[in-house]
Amino acid sequence: MSQTKTHAALAGAFIKDEERVDWHDGALWFIREKRDKASKQIPEWEELREAASQIKSNVISNLHDYLLQFEANLKKNGVIVHWADSAEEHNEIVYSILKAKEINQMVKSKSMLTEECGLNEYLEERGIEVINSDLGEYIQQIDNEPPSHIVLPCIHKRKEEIGELFHEHLGTEKGLSDPTLLTRVARKHLRNVFLTRRGALTGVNFAVAETGEYVVCTNEGNADMGAHLSEVQIASMGLEKLIPQKKHLSVFLRLLARSATGQPITIYSSHYKKPRKGQEMHLILVDAGRTRQMGRVDFRDSLKCIKCGACMNTCPVYRKSGGLSYHNTISGPIGAILAPNLNMKKHADLPYASTLCGSCSNVCPVKINIHEQLYKWRQVIVKEGYAANTKALGMKAMAWTFSSPGKLTTAGKTGRWFLHNLPFVVNNKLNPWYKQRDMPEAPKESFGEWYVKNEEKEDNRQ
Amino acid sequence: MNTREKILEAVLKNQPTSTPLPDIDSFKGDNTDLVQKYIDVFKTIGGNALSVDDITAVKMFINQNFDTSKRIVTTVNELSDNLELISDTVDPHTYNDVELAIIKAHFSVAENGAVWLTDEVMGQRIIPYICQHLAVIVNAQNIVPTLHEAYQKIGLGEYSFGGFIGGPSKTADIEQALVLGAHGPLSMTVFIMK
Repeated sequence: MSQTKTHAALAGAFIKDEERVDWHDGALWFIREKRDKASKQIPEWEELREAASQIKSNVISNLHDYLLQFEANLKKNGVIVHWADSAEEHNEIVYSILKAKEINQMVKSKSMLTEECGLNEYLEERGIEVINSDLGEYIQQIDNEPPSHIVLPCIHKRKEEIGELFHEHLGTEKGLSDPTLLTRVARKHLRNVFLTRRGALTGVNFAVAETGEYVVCTNEGNADMGAHLSEVQIASMGLEKLIPQKKHLSVFLRLLARSATGQPITIYSSHYKKPRKGQEMHLILVDAGRTRQMGRVDFRDSLKCIKCGACMNTCPVYRKSGGLSYHNTISGPIGAILAPNLNMKKHADLPYASTLCGSCSNVCPVKINIHEQLYKWRQVIVKEGYAANTKALGMKAMAWTFSSPGKLTTAGKTGRWFLHNLPFVVNNKLNPWYKQRDMPEAPKESFGEWYVKNEEKEDNRQ
Repeated sequence: MNTREKILEAVLKNQPTSTPLPDIDSFKGDNTDLVQKYIDVFKTIGGNALSVDDITAVKMFINQNFDTSKRIVTTVNELSDNLELISDTVDPHTYNDVELAIIKAHFSVAENGAVWLTDEVMGQRIIPYICQHLAVIVNAQNIVPTLHEAYQKIGLGEYSFGGFIGGPSKTADIEQALVLGAHGPLSMTVFIMK
């Protein structure tokens, strides 16, 4: 994965294949439509969104006490609690748990947090093999690529490409690309993985302070297959995944799957409370920048996210540029407001990967003002000096031009003259606006000039 | 200062002024026609739900629709005369060859087709996930309209593991093509007992 290229550069590479872009765009829009259909079947949908948003506000504003309550209940339930300040500390904790049990193979269900922490690479460097068991994540793993979507990890891949990967890694017949047959092969292969792994790690969708249990949602059943066959079960969660009371799960579980894929609920919503007899259960509470984001008044609401992916499916930029062009574990609009908090310099380009159309905010089940935060991040990034040079120069030029009516009139005239007489000065490869589109035909005169002329005519008539 | 204290201090320093929890007790579903609603929803998610009069009808359906030469396990006492009862003391890995598991659910939810199971009715936690086919019996009176009523019924819950299961295991990770039977059961049947 290229770390140095910007979203614009990576998206530029993605859109070269026009047929694939159209297909990708359509596949995601189809899911967005399923979300619309599912949400419209619930008359109280908007009230549910509002309630979810308010519950999350309450969580963020009382997190200290909820964390203490959650920790006490976990301990009462026989779960071993760990705290990690950073990605490194999280990885060290997982490693030490496995090492104590002499486990050198682990199966993992979907967890964006551990992707964010680079857990697989960390463990592999230390001789522990990790297999991602979610089918989409497994496919991404054997292709050495990160997930491109938090719910649909390999949404950007064609079935023929997946068939080729299976041929190479699982020995399937060359040319096999039928989704059902490929899934059956993976089922057989991964079942053997589940049966032989003593260690299993899952993410956490919701953690209940009141009872000390946590809920993991999947459609495949992979989290449960791993966890219930393991000797050591580890759950990694960001601090913000807490909810106050058990009954609040009703609000979030009604919203999550409908927003994500248009399903009424994920097939499995598993409530893990106490270890099985003879099993060890660990839970790692991870900060890794979350408390810093809590302190950013304009951006703290980003921590309400329940990782449904609806903002990605609806985003015109995401749909046409692909998740990998965001060069961050969490892509799309929500990724673009979370990532600058983790590393502002590296992710300074992401808040610009948006048209600010606001569709993301409108579909968000917890009502995060995503597009407003994108706009606010741009201001922070320019102020902190992380904006790309061309952007900073462009904005300075624009500020200078708009600073007086005279300058604006001159700039307009100059622009129109060039478009009429020397169009190649504007319509060339150096101008990114010209990529994939033609410049509009320039009018003969500006609105100002037209108005002055017509006002005179009007005056003459009277 | 250790990591725990450091994180808690950072949380306390950065959390905003407390805002109240909303009242969610007004969220309620419609109590009418729950059996039919449940059956309709469960079909749309790829499951099979049917009303039955008694346990004999369950037995008949199983004999007609499943390969009874393979391993079938249950936690339902009324079925134990000719089926293997699940033991909670053996190694869960030994259930890998289960063709069909038949268990009782505490209740089910009409709006999403899910049944609520705890380790008590599963026999072993792995059972409803590892079997090739899953069959669940639920009483017709025990269908609630939405998840709000469901969590009222669960309360704080005296279980060590519990789960909603709403259909056969599925994936659409390959080009959005729906495939039933990802890692868990290939099919799920729900018997609604009158």
